[in-house]
Amino acid sequence: MKNKLVELVNVSKSFGSTKVLDELCLEVKENEFLTLLGPSGCGKTTTLRIIGGFEKPDSGKVFFDGADITNVPANKRNLNTVFQKYALFGHMTIEENIAFGLKIKNKSDSYIKDKIKYALKLVNLEGFEKRKPTSLSGGQQQRIAIARAIVNEPKVLLLDEPLGALDLKLRQDMQYELMRLKEELGITFIYITHDQEEALTMSDKIIVMNKGYIQQMGTPEDIYNEPENAFVADFIGDSNIIDGIMLEDRLVEILGTKFECVDEGFGRNRPVDVVIRPEDVVLGEEGQGILDGVVTSLIFKGVHYEMEVEANGYEWLVHSTNCHPVGSKVSISVIPFNIQIMHKPESEDEKAVTIDE
Amino acid sequence: MSRKVLTTPYIVWGAAFIILPLFMVLYYGCTGSDGSFTLSNITAMADSVHYKAFWNSVWIALASTLICLVISYPLAYILSKGKHRGSGIVIMLFILPMWINFLLRVLALQVILSKTGILNAILGFFGLPLQKLMYTKGAVLVGMVYDYIPFMILPIYNALCKIDKDVIEAAHDLGASARVTFQKIIIPLSLPGVISGIIMVFIPSISEFVVADILGGSKVLLFGNVIDQEFNVANNWNLGSGLSIVLMIFIFISMAIMNRHASEEGDNMLW
Repeated sequence: MKNKLVELVNVSKSFGSTKVLDELCLEVKENEFLTLLGPSGCGKTTTLRIIGGFEKPDSGKVFFDGADITNVPANKRNLNTVFQKYALFGHMTIEENIAFGLKIKNKSDSYIKDKIKYALKLVNLEGFEKRKPTSLSGGQQQRIAIARAIVNEPKVLLLDEPLGALDLKLRQDMQYELMRLKEELGITFIYITHDQEEALTMSDKIIVMNKGYIQQMGTPEDIYNEPENAFVADFIGDSNIIDGIMLEDRLVEILGTKFECVDEGFGRNRPVDVVIRPEDVVLGEEGQGILDGVVTSLIFKGVHYEMEVEANGYEWLVHSTNCHPVGSKVSISVIPFNIQIMHKPESEDEKAVTIDE
Repeated sequence: MSRKVLTTPYIVWGAAFIILPLFMVLYYGCTGSDGSFTLSNITAMADSVHYKAFWNSVWIALASTLICLVISYPLAYILSKGKHRGSGIVIMLFILPMWINFLLRVLALQVILSKTGILNAILGFFGLPLQKLMYTKGAVLVGMVYDYIPFMILPIYNALCKIDKDVIEAAHDLGASARVTFQKIIIPLSLPGVISGIIMVFIPSISEFVVADILGGSKVLLFGNVIDQEFNVANNWNLGSGLSIVLMIFIFISMAIMNRHASEEGDNMLW
């Protein structure tokens, strides 16, 4: 069992009359890659800033390695941040940037020199010591920002959408780079992103947030395969979210058609949200499946085709490696295991899950 | 019509009011009253009257630049940190005097500093001895600082506002206290603004003469006053031009030194 390293207890924060975080609780274990995932304004950045010491919570406590650090200023916390816009010191060389934290800690010159060398090697930017930050590309600057943070050997590295400003290819490269770094350094990463793919690729644990509340916490597989509510299902990947009625255990009615599923304990004739991932919709010959429909659009996406199938008044989103041309009549079937049943939101708390797009 | 034609008025303007006068100064400065070539107008710098007035000017310009800097930096820092950051209302209040003709402002100072002025009235009210405030170097200094201080505040304020909040937080994040952050991050990053402010105050104040005329009377003779007198009183355009050339060379050298510092510190503001 790994130790709790960072813990937030009942943390609330408002800016003016806007409540950003409401009684938020979360814990981060040692050597974990934790991602806070959510749309902008969900409170993920505020959460990170509270952990980093840049904001004070209105109420609640922050613990670090067992000690209460709620009132400890940022410069006295044993963690470092990688900022979204890099925040390198423009008047210093790369070398001076990386040495900044070490010089404050009065480390010896030879120690600092070794550390700079080690850090630049780690981020694959050897030989950049004397350059100025402005002469580097965005990706290189971000790597220097990471190098500047990790030379201080923090127990936790906070990353605030560090790849947000980079282009797609570079972002993907950097994702692997960060995962490699985490393995090599063996430190805890708390990572913020609004990009669900990035979160799924890199994390050990994902916390999906919306409107200051945690929607779901779990491994990437959990979050993707077993979304707890419609917000999570919609935010993580494409999905068909359809109103349904849970007739009895293991039987749900969707769009007037009965589907077998594996969920139990919802009671009889209860309205529910049904989530079916587009890659779980199986298309077959007309009459061979559970319901029939007509293909209304077809887009080639590389790995798969993305199709929309009109059936029983709903546009089903379908991903398949088989191509069905527009206008062709197909059948739709889904194996019971791939049907996700979720409660409709009822309480105040759960209202935060409604998708406001 | 080609685009080049549109620039003609500016070229004519530049030739007539910048290039031509410069050549005239050069011509007059290098010729005697009879029109023959001589360097005596320039070597006249060595005369003790000119020499003293020149150092008076340099001293007053340096002092007023320093005072402006000492007052402006903390002020600009407070303004840039304040709630009204960027809104410009507070900074407007400091710029507002610039909209009023500067002669008027100097004359207002005269009213405040004169023997029967407000300051002495206050001193008298408390039974303190009256002070001779007008026609001193101090009065000239006060006038110069008052006139030029907006030119120091603005560039520093702009430079400070341009510093990204992230950068300051990054310094804290790396363990820097507020004091260290100020020394190692904020001051160096605002240096281009400081240099720009120094240029904006030092260069015009070195050739200042109206403030000295009004607040210093005949007691404080600046280099600007000497040149003014040569042109307007003694009617010796040759000597006036010769001394002007010396002043211009001095200004060019100062600019070159300060601009080199500015370019070392990245982009310079206003210049």
